[in-house]
Amino acid sequence: MAEPQPVEPEQEEEEEEEEEEEEEDEGLPAWSLPADAIDRIAMPFQWPDRVTREWALESSTGKGARVCVLDSGIQAGHPLVGELQGAWAVSVDADGQASVEEDTEGDLCGHGTACAGIIRSLAPECELYSVRVLGAGYTGSGKVLLAGLRWAIEEGFDLINMSLSTTKRDFASVLHDLADSAYFKRTVLVASAHNMPVESYPWKFSSVISVGSHELDEGEKFFYNPDPPVEFFARGVDINVAWLGGSTLRCTGNSFATPHMTGICALILAKHPELTPFQLKSVLYLTAWNVGGADG
Amino acid sequence: MANSDLRAAVAAGVIGAEEAHRALLQSIVETARGIFSARASSIFLLDEKTDELVFEAVSGEGEEHLVGMRIPSGTGIAGWVVSTRQPLVIDDLQNDPRHARRVAERTGYVPNSLMAVPLLNEDRSLGVLQVLDRRKSRFSLQQMELLGLFANQAAIGLDLLQRARRAKQAVEGGDGDLGAVARVAEALDALSEERKDAGLRLLRALEEVLGPEPQM
Repeated sequence: MAEPQPVEPEQEEEEEEEEEEEEEDEGLPAWSLPADAIDRIAMPFQWPDRVTREWALESSTGKGARVCVLDSGIQAGHPLVGELQGAWAVSVDADGQASVEEDTEGDLCGHGTACAGIIRSLAPECELYSVRVLGAGYTGSGKVLLAGLRWAIEEGFDLINMSLSTTKRDFASVLHDLADSAYFKRTVLVASAHNMPVESYPWKFSSVISVGSHELDEGEKFFYNPDPPVEFFARGVDINVAWLGGSTLRCTGNSFATPHMTGICALILAKHPELTPFQLKSVLYLTAWNVGGADG
Repeated sequence: MANSDLRAAVAAGVIGAEEAHRALLQSIVETARGIFSARASSIFLLDEKTDELVFEAVSGEGEEHLVGMRIPSGTGIAGWVVSTRQPLVIDDLQNDPRHARRVAERTGYVPNSLMAVPLLNEDRSLGVLQVLDRRKSRFSLQQMELLGLFANQAAIGLDLLQRARRAKQAVEGGDGDLGAVARVAEALDALSEERKDAGLRLLRALEEVLGPEPQM
């Protein structure tokens, strides 16, 4: 991860005084900005005059970024995936009680491994974690998804890759609350958009980064969509991906465009760990190929 | 049972809905197969009671023996698609020997390429439409859009089929009170014109008695 910006000695003194003040104010929500507090919210890093791809992610390997793949599990040790830093499986019992246990089965489908391989191809040194919420059957899959997402947000991952969606209206409001809480806790949800005429979630929530597919062969290229709700387009067609048993397959779908975007976010967050989800989205916008990214 | 199902139950009492909808699903898989020049196409229906996917219509390879076959809803690519609602296209499937073996044991046919799209109706995931071994090698986003359009049509067909089945159950006495209503409708429909008019007058009078009090 990038080193934090050095702080000037003068500022340090000021900060100490302010810390005392902060202690007195403890418990009061930061819902307003008194005039004497403006200095306190100075940016913790230097925002460049022009945000370029070079500033955003050049020389980043993703090292230090903690990326969670919420999917069918990940086959650890696949040549395109490497080792995982953690793997868990989520289940829900008959009473609706969720439990999260260490995952010993790996990937039950192949899709999670594919996503993990794509993220690694862009951010080879990021930390990868698997949370398995799929594969145990359709019944209960919505509750398992919610439980897994809630757990992953509490764990404080930097990024959660969600190459999945639900159409269940019963889950929409809970999912919305979870997406918002992730946003404020600096966990970025990257979710697959749906190109079918149905209402589905969580990709439509503005607190997540939603991803559709473009047809180009370059994995690092992505585009901003000026006509939302889909916010970004990343590589999603004819991709060679990791699959079960150490194999590779060629795949197409928004569910493969999503981990491309997650990998790019991992590169940026590894280099600039101080970015909030709002700032990360701004950097993505400014470095998208149809905005400023093509110029470097 | 919802009102719409009650109306369907009454309708199903007098028409052979199941057969017509089966023909619709069959026509969808045949058209999908034709459009993509594919070796086979199939529709899976999700059976939520048993948590299984059931082959509901098949065109091409496996047509004779696959309809009615069940697989657990959590396994493989179809299971992933029905749970995540995300369409998926996979080529070089035979590179995954475990998958190939499992599929071969089940269906006797291992495709090398597969397009799978969820069948969604309002907020429900009804099943999966699959197209196996299409002729064109590289997949385009345009094809994906086309697959989505087909899936939408298939989902409407599947929804109608499920309604017809629930209705049929009701008519056949599974749902006591409702069955009586449907049987009355069926009997009424079978009457001669003159007696049918008399029957309808009686029903209208009954409707008036049972309906809400008129507003003063």
